Amino acid sequence: MSQGSKRDVYVFGTCLIDVLYPDAGMDTVHLLEYFGCQVHFPQDQTCCGQPAFNSGFRREALKVAEIQLALFTEPWPIVVPSGSCASMFRHDYPALFAEHPLATQAKDVASRVVELTAFLLTLTEGYASPPKETDATVVAHTSCSARRGLGQGALALALIRRLSGKPATEPEEAEACCGFGGTFAVKQPELSAAMTASKCHALQATGAAHLVSGDCGCLMSLNGYLEQSGAALKGEHIASFLWRELQNRTARKGVSG
Amino acid sequence: MTAHTSSDAQPGFRERAIQVLASPDLQENFHDAMAFLRQKRASAFADEEHFQRLQAESQRIKQEALSQLPDLLETLEARCTVNGIQVHWAETGAEACDLIRQIIEAHVPHREGQPIRVIKGKSMATEEIGLNTHLEQHGMHCLESDMGEFIVQLAKQSPSHIIMPAIHLRKQEIARLFSEKLPDTPYTEDVDRLIGIGRQVLREQFEKADVGISGVNFAIADTGTLCLLENEGNGRLSTTAPDLHIAVCGIEKVIPRLSDLPPLLSVLTRSATGQAITTYVNLISSPRRLDEKDGPSAVHLVLLDNGRSRMFQDAELQATLRCIRCGACMNHCPVYAKIGGHAYGSVYPGPIGQVIMPQIEGIRAHGEMTEACSLNGACGEVCPVGIPLPDLIREQRERRAQLPEYSRGKEAWIWRLWVLGYRHPQLYRIWSRVVTQLRRLSPRRLRPWSPSRAVPRPARQTLHERMKAHAAQMNTSGKHSR
Repeated sequence: MSQGSKRDVYVFGTCLIDVLYPDAGMDTVHLLEYFGCQVHFPQDQTCCGQPAFNSGFRREALKVAEIQLALFTEPWPIVVPSGSCASMFRHDYPALFAEHPLATQAKDVASRVVELTAFLLTLTEGYASPPKETDATVVAHTSCSARRGLGQGALALALIRRLSGKPATEPEEAEACCGFGGTFAVKQPELSAAMTASKCHALQATGAAHLVSGDCGCLMSLNGYLEQSGAALKGEHIASFLWRELQNRTARKGVSG
Repeated sequence: MTAHTSSDAQPGFRERAIQVLASPDLQENFHDAMAFLRQKRASAFADEEHFQRLQAESQRIKQEALSQLPDLLETLEARCTVNGIQVHWAETGAEACDLIRQIIEAHVPHREGQPIRVIKGKSMATEEIGLNTHLEQHGMHCLESDMGEFIVQLAKQSPSHIIMPAIHLRKQEIARLFSEKLPDTPYTEDVDRLIGIGRQVLREQFEKADVGISGVNFAIADTGTLCLLENEGNGRLSTTAPDLHIAVCGIEKVIPRLSDLPPLLSVLTRSATGQAITTYVNLISSPRRLDEKDGPSAVHLVLLDNGRSRMFQDAELQATLRCIRCGACMNHCPVYAKIGGHAYGSVYPGPIGQVIMPQIEGIRAHGEMTEACSLNGACGEVCPVGIPLPDLIREQRERRAQLPEYSRGKEAWIWRLWVLGYRHPQLYRIWSRVVTQLRRLSPRRLRPWSPSRAVPRPARQTLHERMKAHAAQMNTSGKHSR
């Protein structure tokens, strides 16, 4: 795919992906490279600051957020494989830094942050989609921060159809929160788990073979419940699903061609 | 990360939530009722643009009203007085209760051995100030006339929803309640018959009541009119049958002009119950005039502050006063839909409660309920007057975190440690690497995340490490290809 001059992009991998789900991060990078991007990963990135910010610890959030602002010096898009962190950058940074000396940088960074599925959808426009499959369906969970924070509906559905040919669907009450909610999950764990259980039941009721989401926070809660209840369904980051699909397709082409 | 301070020591939100979560029936009640209301609202606003237009218009009106609140209240008082409505001001709930009791005692002649009978239209403001308890302590009989409130009062409970007070009760429970508490009432689960029984009881009481007490949905300044919405006719009866009508009105309910009313009515009823209009729209502009045959001989308006001036002066939280009490935030809140209103332990539950209660009764009294939110944003999306509820809930969390007892507590230390770990990139890379290397030691159970969720295990290598290797590999392969 990569022909001609490459498009420079930054990737902000997120703290959750860094330690718990680096495969999602690597697959994000593979996808971007496959579709012609030169990926830059600033090694000094840590966390966007959202956990503290949402918990009411604004000063602490600011201290960590400040560090991230210095990383993206070139005017390239900043691709974030999480609706939640992307929403923090895009919407909360300008407010968080409103009366801060770095207000201008914060606005600049906010304006360049793009959530992964939104970025891929633009990047892969005109992609020759594989023939439509009918067998294994995919169910997509869109995080509330992607849906409402970023105003992005279920972009995953279009992206999955375009890149894999697999039919994709959403569960009943798709707009309902999965119950993760960051520190909410540990401050009100019973309530959070009950919400997660409802979401998992709705996801399982679709009968889909694959569960994908653009947010590892949601996935941590969903997979935690699914695993604990012995369910066959297991969620993965949408980047991992898409990258595997692309590789399978390339392999098949290799065999048949 | 739970940092329960001493002020949260009594059975708190979490314990109450756990109780509800133990009852699948109750959860199903809430889930189905909320889904029904959401669906009704969605059909009432089938056109999203229609909603957004009405929302913008309603927000503008309420914001305009707030921007000139003191002046509007004076106009309201002047116009009401001209109309013959007697206006009173109450700074606190206790003051309002005293005032209302005095008005009643001055109006209703003393009858030895016969208590004064008060009939009430639905009013959250009177719930807020605990009026029934106060009046009953002074020997009066209070009867709620809204069917939901009537049921809740009979069950000796409090409303669990600001629009649907008895939404937590199933028809079987109501059937049992009626047959046990109402004389000569057979057990029936037939909803129409149950409502008929309730209405029969109420009808008799309307005739006997000395006083009718109602809330106010909108107080219109330029005409001195009180607008009261309802579906059962009990509001109209409460405000017209007894000889004395007392309306209790939060000061934020004032709007500038009569012409502001239509858009607000449209948005309120559609947001609350999905109705284009309620069955009754009462516009009360005076007591009975000389040439009129019915209506109360005296109408009193009690303008209630109870913390609202404080909200008005608080730049960050002032938007709270735009609230028109439609309940849409509750219907759309995934937390509320799981556990209902009682778990919040407050008069106003759900998202708006999480913002209002700490302002009325203090963040110390209602700190924990601010945790009961996943910041999913559903409430803010449907609020008909555009209150940024998620932002305001987060703001309340910030204020709680600044309490001295909280900033010295466990959670504050966790965040300080977090800053240390995430503010220094080199240090971060070291500890995150150590965490991945010690992954086999990571706990299988980690409260409070488990027991219902498996604990994720750190990966073999961090993304930082893998990206470092990846970049090196890309460099080499780049050089080779050259």
